[in-house]
Amino acid sequence: MAHFPKPEEGSWTEHFKIDTGPVSYADSISPEFYERERDAVFRRTWLNVGRVEQLPRKGSYFTKELDAARASVVVVRGTDGEVRAFHNVCRHRGNKLVWDDYPSEETKGNCRQFTCKYHAWRYDLDGKLAFVQQESEFFDIDKSKYGLMQVRAEVWEGFIFVNLDPDNTTPLKDYLGKFAQGIEGYPFDKLTQVHKYRAEIGSNWKLFIDAFAEFYHAPILHGGQYEAGEAAKIKKYGYEALSYDIDGPHSMVSSWGGIAPPKEKAMVKPIERVLRSGLFGPWDAPDIGMTTEQLPSAINPTRSDVWGMDTFVFFPNFMLLVWRPNWVLTYHYWPTSYNTHIFEGTCYFVPPENGFQRLQQELAAVTFKEYGLQDGNTLEATQTMLERRTVDEFPLCDQEILLRHLHSSTQNFVREYEQKNSKTPAG
Amino acid sequence: MGNVFPAGFEALEPFADWAVQGEKARYAKRVSSTMEELQAFYDVAYPLLQKNTEYMEKLSLEGIGEEDKRLLWAFCALVTVAFPVEAWGQPRVPDSGPSSIDAIIEPAV
Repeated sequence: MAHFPKPEEGSWTEHFKIDTGPVSYADSISPEFYERERDAVFRRTWLNVGRVEQLPRKGSYFTKELDAARASVVVVRGTDGEVRAFHNVCRHRGNKLVWDDYPSEETKGNCRQFTCKYHAWRYDLDGKLAFVQQESEFFDIDKSKYGLMQVRAEVWEGFIFVNLDPDNTTPLKDYLGKFAQGIEGYPFDKLTQVHKYRAEIGSNWKLFIDAFAEFYHAPILHGGQYEAGEAAKIKKYGYEALSYDIDGPHSMVSSWGGIAPPKEKAMVKPIERVLRSGLFGPWDAPDIGMTTEQLPSAINPTRSDVWGMDTFVFFPNFMLLVWRPNWVLTYHYWPTSYNTHIFEGTCYFVPPENGFQRLQQELAAVTFKEYGLQDGNTLEATQTMLERRTVDEFPLCDQEILLRHLHSSTQNFVREYEQKNSKTPAG
Repeated sequence: MGNVFPAGFEALEPFADWAVQGEKARYAKRVSSTMEELQAFYDVAYPLLQKNTEYMEKLSLEGIGEEDKRLLWAFCALVTVAFPVEAWGQPRVPDSGPSSIDAIIEPAV
């Protein structure tokens, strides 16, 4: 039955010395575990909050709500061109500093300094307190002591990350590990055409990563998206990855090329036939300055001829998908409670040269959304039933290895953090 | 009043209300339409796109005119409408219940 070779141990899961027993998902249905996760994971790890293209000029800024980390940050390009991040809080009375109309909504813009809406205290782009309203009324206030609270920010290949832990000295590149190293050189800067989607999902954040970190479900849940004959064939074939890999808490799955372009046009829906595009993106890859064979080494790691796309899971909540036809999709999962989160999916394409290419990209983006709707809603059903605890042990197959790794990595982070801080060890 | 779409696309004129900017608005129109309405638009727009791929390939986005912009939006709506017509048999994604995924950043055209 195997279509692609597995490691000598006979399975990926055993190869990476990951447990093969049933999984409980207690970490996804417990308000108490979520509180521990907030401290151990979201306040301690590097979180991707955006891309450098969102800060095109000096003074460009955007805010990011990191509810799980109990933080809101403002990310800004300074007068020296450097990207910096600050806690989004005024040092005077603790008002949220940068917001627009609705304090809980993210915003963006360009400015020379940040002015608090409450009493007009002003901060320059480096975070220094520049102006205090009626300064003489204060008691010998030393402005140099009341700058914005800085958050560590580093950039990897144009992706901006922040780390809220002032004691964490691990550089971003070290944290991201070998996958990031092996992706370096991919021309992300050429993919500036952006379609971004957002959804509020009624499930734990990890359960949605689970849905996008395996393709075992694709022929079934998404079977209706295929032509009928093709759906039956794909279902019979099932799904197998080309390869899996694990690096620290991070993981990746390399996948075959599916139906882009199809062997026969009858395999795909009419709209795909006419636009030569679909889930895998426009079939004719735009020029990004390198061929598929020349892609950096972590992409298509087995150098397979039938390779179609890779999914990288950067712990905790950033996923990067690199598709053979030279485009990229990112997923972010921002927890808002133990059983809710905000999902963001962003498609990055080379800017289209004409109306036809624009339509090809529209089809790829919209196809992703149709799939996402099926996944998102299914997850709410999953969350509800897990919370009933009628069943509390679930078997996972070898194609679901990344899920096991995500849940055990999260539990390890919580356990290690609490041991370090002499709290009750995680269960 | 002149045509909404460029010359050669007159058949689309009765469906001018599909020339909506933004995926979010196009999706909203899709889910508030009946299958008959979606099918009627699809039956006219799909063959027009098929016949005019070369026109679209030559259509520069730089300095695009109003009529061409509306044509592009209408064909973007066709992309959105293709799912109910070709796959779902209903305006909403099956089993998607109350869930929604909204476009929050999109290309200007």
